[in-house]
Amino acid sequence: MARFDPYENNGGTCVAVAGADYCVVAADTRLSVGYSILSRAHSKIAHLADKCVLASSGFQGDIKALQKNLTAKELVYEHNHNKKMSCPAMAQLLSNTLYYKRFFPYYAFNVLGGLDSEGKGCVFTYDAVGSYERTGYSAQGTGATLMMPVLDNQLKSPSPLLLPARDAVTPLSESEAVDLVKDVFASATERDIYTGDSVEIVVINSSGTHRECIELRKD
Amino acid sequence: MDACGTQAAAAAAGGEGTQRTLYPYVTGNSVIAMKYKDGVIMACDTGASYGSTLRYKSVERIKAVGKHSLIGGSGEFSDFQEILRYLDELTLSDHMWDDGNSLGPKEIHAYLTRVMYNRRNKFDPLWNSLVLGGVKKGPKGDEKYLGMVNMIGTHFEDNHLATGFGNHMAIPILRAEWREDMTFEEAIKLIEKCLLVLLYRDRSSINKFQIAKITTEGSTIYPPYALKTNWGFSAFENPSKGAVGTW
Repeated sequence: MARFDPYENNGGTCVAVAGADYCVVAADTRLSVGYSILSRAHSKIAHLADKCVLASSGFQGDIKALQKNLTAKELVYEHNHNKKMSCPAMAQLLSNTLYYKRFFPYYAFNVLGGLDSEGKGCVFTYDAVGSYERTGYSAQGTGATLMMPVLDNQLKSPSPLLLPARDAVTPLSESEAVDLVKDVFASATERDIYTGDSVEIVVINSSGTHRECIELRKD
Repeated sequence: MDACGTQAAAAAAGGEGTQRTLYPYVTGNSVIAMKYKDGVIMACDTGASYGSTLRYKSVERIKAVGKHSLIGGSGEFSDFQEILRYLDELTLSDHMWDDGNSLGPKEIHAYLTRVMYNRRNKFDPLWNSLVLGGVKKGPKGDEKYLGMVNMIGTHFEDNHLATGFGNHMAIPILRAEWREDMTFEEAIKLIEKCLLVLLYRDRSSINKFQIAKITTEGSTIYPPYALKTNWGFSAFENPSKGAVGTW
């Protein structure tokens, strides 16, 4: 007899690319389980603060619980400190929130993107239990294995082993980065059955956030 | 108590044995629902099975919730009835505020989502897939709402939804033929097409259906009725014809 399983993988892919003065955060909008598609237009992206956007894939129930939790904590922070939370602060909060449930984890794979306090693009990438790293770009989710090598190849970020440490932000312009993101999603959609339908792209820069949706293959 | 699962659960609950739902007993089948011009329409059959035995043949699996919503439930029937009791409690306590406000479909769906997710966190799930539809006046006029939630708390909205087998058989039809501006008559026709496909191909579905609608005027749950079937298709009479290598 089949036993109760509290987890489900609803699939999806999240990507973020940071530039000198912008950050692109993107995720597809397909919600699947097994070979079934539950929805073709389900957003995986949460706007947590002015300059802080989270994209998550994994188990949708956990993702929504996690994103609502962070939104609520951000609001409390705003009331306590009379300012919005910075992206690096949110990054640490997300790590703590994930680790808090270390032994019954949120099945969520997160990419957090935004601008740091100097206005520079930043990307934080996580595993399900909270270990995280600041990088220049990242992909998470079912299509990450297809996208990450392409991003590595195209963005040529300096080795993290170099001393003194070099800036990890990508050399691309904002529009080049957006085009690259569109391309990696179109490519991953060809081979990953859990990625497709459409991709939601959020660009964060000094003038605010801008959102666009691009259609992807629906098969 | 079985070897590991239940005993460990009982120990975790502290001394006295407790029992969680480890698998469903009496289950209802697909619910299908869609938005149409004036609101939301929902339908399902009236059967509930005990394993593969058709145990109950005339149960209502679509109910009105408050003034603006309809709920449809598939999965464990006892859990569904418990959920209806929660919703009665919720709408009653909301009514007792006597402030002229009432919970809309969005709020009911948010509540259900939290209940389902909470119970899965306790490893004591309510074994259902629920569909919630409704219409309520909002700042931008009448707002139609249609959402779904399952036993572990996965939830989303869409223009048309189906649970269980319906997700395999009815959704493709709805995706091909659904329009935002369908009249009630067109909507009924499409829903019946889906129900008929399910009746032919889902062995546990029965030919006794209930359709319900919700508009700004309120909800109407129509009395059960049967659809006209045709079992004379040549593919039904000789299913293996042309299929080499089968019996």
